[in-house]
Amino acid sequence: MNVTITVNGEKTSHEVEDRTLLVHHLRDAVGLTATNIGCDTSTCGSCTVLLNGESVKSCTVLAAQVDGDEIQTLEGLTGEDGEMDAVQNAFQQKHALQCGFCTPGMVMAATSLLRENPDPTEDEIRMALKGNLCRCTGYHNIVQAILTAAEDAR
Amino acid sequence: MSILGTRVVRTEDPRLLTTGATYLEDLRLPELQGAAYATFVRSPMAHARITEIDVSAALAEPGVVAVLTARDLDDIPDRPAGAGAEPLLAGDVVRFAGEPVALVLTEEAYQGEDVAELVSVDYEELPVVVGVDQGLRDETLLFPGTDSNVVSTGGAEAFDDAAFADCEVVVERTIVNQRVAAAPLEVRATAAIWADDRMTLWVSTQNVHGVRDAVVDRLGLGKGAVRVIAPDVGGGFGAKIGADRETITVGWAARRTGRPVRWVETRNENMVGMSHGRAQVHTVTIGGSRDGRVSAYRLDIVQDCGAYIRLGTMLPNLTMLMASGVYDLPRVETAYRTVLTNTTPIAAYRGAGRPEATAAIERAMDLFAAEIGMDAAEVRRRNLVPPDKFPFTTKTGATYDTGEYAKALDTVLDAAGYEELRAEQRRRRERGDPRQLGIGVSTYVEITGGGPEAGETARLSVHTDGTVTVWTGSSPHGQGHATAWAMLVQDELGIPMDRITVRHGDTDVLTEGVGTFGSRSLQLGGTAVHNAAVEVKERARELAAEEMEADPADLVLDTENGTWTVRGVPGQGVAWAQLAERAGPDGLSADTKFATKQATFPFGAHVAVVEVDIETGVPRLVRHVTVDDAGPVVNPILAEGQRHGGIAQGAAQALYEEMAYDEYGNPVTATLMDYTFVTAAELPSFELVAMETPTSVNPLGVKGIGEAGTIGSTPAVQSAVVDALAHLGIRHIDMPATPERVWTAINEARTAQ
Ligand code: FES
Ligand code: FES
Repeated sequence: MNVTITVNGEKTSHEVEDRTLLVHHLRDAVGLTATNIGCDTSTCGSCTVLLNGESVKSCTVLAAQVDGDEIQTLEGLTGEDGEMDAVQNAFQQKHALQCGFCTPGMVMAATSLLRENPDPTEDEIRMALKGNLCRCTGYHNIVQAILTAAEDAR
Repeated sequence: MSILGTRVVRTEDPRLLTTGATYLEDLRLPELQGAAYATFVRSPMAHARITEIDVSAALAEPGVVAVLTARDLDDIPDRPAGAGAEPLLAGDVVRFAGEPVALVLTEEAYQGEDVAELVSVDYEELPVVVGVDQGLRDETLLFPGTDSNVVSTGGAEAFDDAAFADCEVVVERTIVNQRVAAAPLEVRATAAIWADDRMTLWVSTQNVHGVRDAVVDRLGLGKGAVRVIAPDVGGGFGAKIGADRETITVGWAARRTGRPVRWVETRNENMVGMSHGRAQVHTVTIGGSRDGRVSAYRLDIVQDCGAYIRLGTMLPNLTMLMASGVYDLPRVETAYRTVLTNTTPIAAYRGAGRPEATAAIERAMDLFAAEIGMDAAEVRRRNLVPPDKFPFTTKTGATYDTGEYAKALDTVLDAAGYEELRAEQRRRRERGDPRQLGIGVSTYVEITGGGPEAGETARLSVHTDGTVTVWTGSSPHGQGHATAWAMLVQDELGIPMDRITVRHGDTDVLTEGVGTFGSRSLQLGGTAVHNAAVEVKERARELAAEEMEADPADLVLDTENGTWTVRGVPGQGVAWAQLAERAGPDGLSADTKFATKQATFPFGAHVAVVEVDIETGVPRLVRHVTVDDAGPVVNPILAEGQRHGGIAQGAAQALYEEMAYDEYGNPVTATLMDYTFVTAAELPSFELVAMETPTSVNPLGVKGIGEAGTIGSTPAVQSAVVDALAHLGIRHIDMPATPERVWTAINEARTAQ
């Protein structure tokens, strides 16, 4: 079938197989490879994107399901001039990434959290990240980065 | 002011945070256009004879390029089929669930799994060996024709009980250091092409050169016939060292079919196909006097090897070497046996053999302390190697370079507020609080960097535009080499970091190199870079002297602005760009290799604070305080990041993670739903205390920090769980300390009271 999705503000239109997962569609058809795949059980959150502003695991959504919807990926956070936004910046400043594999999903999860709760406590951040696994950082600096991004936004 | 030791944010990050890194699956190279997708057919059985493989139904599917089995591996050198030798694809027998049996190549990625299901393999079940106890019984042999599943032994041939004869107190206990999965977030992946009699492999690996050498060797290719490139790598933790059988098979398939081939495993495959770590059973015996002095220690190791020998025969040697930890023990006995079982093979995982040594001695110290009724921290203090004894050679033959063990212990106890924690513990016990407090203390020393092949390469070139390129043999996967190496160069040459590019991970660009593992990068790779900068600087001094018609000895480099001037002569001086120009066609470069047989011995002390819910058995890590001393720190944020990640992995082993098998050899934790990968919600923020004791083994004075956090945290957290329940008479709970295990221990203790 043909699906039309607005990805990072741009309209895209592709023929897709019924079983194509959104994450594969974004990576292979749309050509945006920041969004990663880290599991097959919808556990790791590496594939987290925003669907109409809400965070979803794009490995659990079919491309066909989001026909007509808006998707935002990590690539869509960066400004026209290549400037990083507050969350991206805080991730660099606080060393919240090592290998970077969880990072696109983590940044999108953080973005969604801060939209819903601009002033989260450390515990709230930790609970909100339960669905996003990181093997490198022990989460310490990720939590710090999100606290910093929240503070900077105030 | 030197840039070294300052908190420089990573130069790698903007790319990773805006477009994302380029991991293997992200490669969109023209060479890989039209690649076939590889899917492995894996054994569902732990131990079985393959009686037939019928590929006809699979071959008839649309989109199938090839279906390859062991029979097709007729164009590579034969391997001696000794006990523990691992084939590329299983031949007559499968020996663990998940073992690759056939390789399916398809036009489309989605077709792979469908076609793999159509490959029909007939298995005749064989009795299964799970766990070292069963393996040691030798009732079923993994390799017929041998007489035992024990593939390697070492250490003392027989233990001598006389070692404990004069001890007032002797405690013995068998403890389990369970099997865990490295589980990097990026799974294993390889892409391969064969063109012009040459193989190019893109591999998600920690060491491109090691992969190249393994592929050359296994496929019988000429040394120059393989190039290996590592794109960005999404974590490794030891399990991405070298070339796994799948990687070699994918390379072979590309040559065999003449098609580019790409392979990315699923997480489920990763959990059973990628090497597991740890998997040792220890019997510790510790003896000494009631005043807290330990006089004898024995460590008997049984290493579960898994079905084939990857590192299962090497790891226990490291465990034996580090057996006595930070303690000055008069008598130490060690021995090991490595046993084949029908499970995923064991290899390196963050610490690789050393965390096991620390876990064993630290548990033994706790058991001894409990037996004589002395505070666990105090018992440790009474047995530490004192600072005036360095270099210190242990009874197992390790020579520790430098250490301040008592200082590390006192510092961490102070930072944690140990006395107050004990007071709070007493209060909770007195009022029968349902949430009991446990305080776990560990001290550790580990070995990093040295060894006969130890070494690392670097090349540094100053270009005529004044920029610098550094090539390093140490291929990183998240450690931040690009930032740290540029800092080392800026410090030496005065060329700002933003003019320095660090490259790595291509065996054609730097033909010699080793890689990133075993906490070796900074001390070996960093030193190689530092030495290259020093060499270039000396060459530049001569060039500058020529340019300015002065004596080289009078030339001074201003490292603040990167210009050379003649001492005492005012003027502009010469810049690096000019000197690069003057150096001529060969440029201003240096190639270095830094190697040393001498290892370094990072050390530290951890305090874990755990709350245990007495009603439910649920333990929760509420604080974790550490001193991890790996010498002078080049960039604190990188070193702290390594410690954070290590602490989390180590705590996860103590509390949550285990790769478990049922009695039929089926892995029961083969997905991230079942494997309790630690999340942010279970962990506290960590409290790190800085301490820097240099070594003289390398000019930077540095030791390795990559594994320290893991090594120190596991025993501290485990000990804290036990400590929370010590008043009930509980002395030990095996890892992972799951609520079920903890609850059972509490219940048994209460019934016994
Ligand atoms: S890939 Fe989507 S949750 Fe793991
Ligand atoms: S940075 Fe490597 S998994 Fe999070």
